[in-house]
Amino acid sequence: MSTRKINVREIEKKVKDLCAKANIVLRPDVNAAILKAYRSKNETFLAKKMLKILLENARVAKEEKLPICQDTGITEVFIKIGEKVILTGGNLTNAVNRGIKKAYAVNYFRKSVVRDPLLRKNTRTNTPGILHVEITRGNKVKVTVMPKGFGSENKSALFMLNPTATAEEIERVSVAFVKNAGANACPPYVLGIGLGGTAASAAVLAKKALLRLIDKANKKHHLAELEKNIMKKANALKIGVMGLGGKTTVLGVNIEAAPTHIAGLPVAINLSCHALRSASATI
Amino acid sequence: MFRKTKMKKIQTPLDDREIRKLRAGEVVLLSGTIYTARDEAHLRFVELIEKGKELPVDLKGEIIYYSGPAPAGNRVIGSCGPTTSSRMDLFTPCLLKKGIKYMIGKGSRCEEVTRAIRRCSGIYFLAPGGAGAYLSLRVKNCRLVAFKELGPEAIYKLEVENFPLIVGIDSRGNDIYKQ
Repeated sequence: MSTRKINVREIEKKVKDLCAKANIVLRPDVNAAILKAYRSKNETFLAKKMLKILLENARVAKEEKLPICQDTGITEVFIKIGEKVILTGGNLTNAVNRGIKKAYAVNYFRKSVVRDPLLRKNTRTNTPGILHVEITRGNKVKVTVMPKGFGSENKSALFMLNPTATAEEIERVSVAFVKNAGANACPPYVLGIGLGGTAASAAVLAKKALLRLIDKANKKHHLAELEKNIMKKANALKIGVMGLGGKTTVLGVNIEAAPTHIAGLPVAINLSCHALRSASATI
Repeated sequence: MFRKTKMKKIQTPLDDREIRKLRAGEVVLLSGTIYTARDEAHLRFVELIEKGKELPVDLKGEIIYYSGPAPAGNRVIGSCGPTTSSRMDLFTPCLLKKGIKYMIGKGSRCEEVTRAIRRCSGIYFLAPGGAGAYLSLRVKNCRLVAFKELGPEAIYKLEVENFPLIVGIDSRGNDIYKQ
């Protein structure tokens, strides 16, 4: 395979378009999960009312080109760059931030980023975004944008379990985690769980897990089982839509695993509200 | 969306007697005036109160909506759903003492807030979280009234029509999350 030159301006353009798409058009897999919950039997009166509003909200957002949620998040951008790609035209990070800045300005998205966590002055551009770069095979660039609101991000957590911890222990931690999030982070939730790696890499893995379609189980049987069990037990908590009770507490559980150290078992859980947003494109 | 027969309509200024009749779990449609205020505005309010100064807006008997709307563009307002109320718990009892009586947000509140609501016969309403686009269609007017420099966290005066709400904590301190 021969090398290929890609101008970072192309990436900037993709980031801009994907910011708009992710914030305005609810992911079809998420919409389908909400619809399924709405149509399910024995759901409570209030839960049905609220699920109907969420479906209506997704329709209004798409038709009126409005963000699904006013919290258009801090923008996480995942870029996979093929090893045969030569980036031209300037700095990648700057290009990504230009894309975010333009998208949030022209689409009237809320700017929610402050420059310093203590001084808290809004940058008014929603930049800087958070950029994750990975080198892969081939000569393409894959760009994924994930705006993440903080009602749910605030409830995300890391647990450093013992290496001898069982799958049941991970279930227990995950279900307790959902119970703790309770009504406050816009249930029904989607759980992204990163197992293994280090404290830092597990947290990133948890976020990446949310990018997988929520109706697709992990390909590894033992992890798919774990996903299923956590989902079942979390739904048995009956927190429900908006915390008002009913059977829909969690719309999906996605687990990703990575090699880790003999002395530990990091479990990072990234919580998403029902408005799980992301969009991808390949250059 | 909601069958009209099931929904009680309420209008600002809220009538005390009417408010006392509402029970946690009841669904209502609110029309009238509400004011947005979230984290930074709450912090500023309480600082002003502690210094013995007046608030920039008279909020006595008014409804505070925990929301930081998306920019309006060429519309009345952008998406404008509720933000998590529990972050305001720290400041709420102080504000209720100053005469604010009603709040709209999402999620649960702490015991102290519930007690403060009971003391002033106030109400805490829930708005559907994550439905900001849908809710924006029910806002008929939006005007910036204070703390402009806070951007989305500024105080906006909203005129809403049939804004769908659920009574979260009623005037007697009954809490929907504890039933």
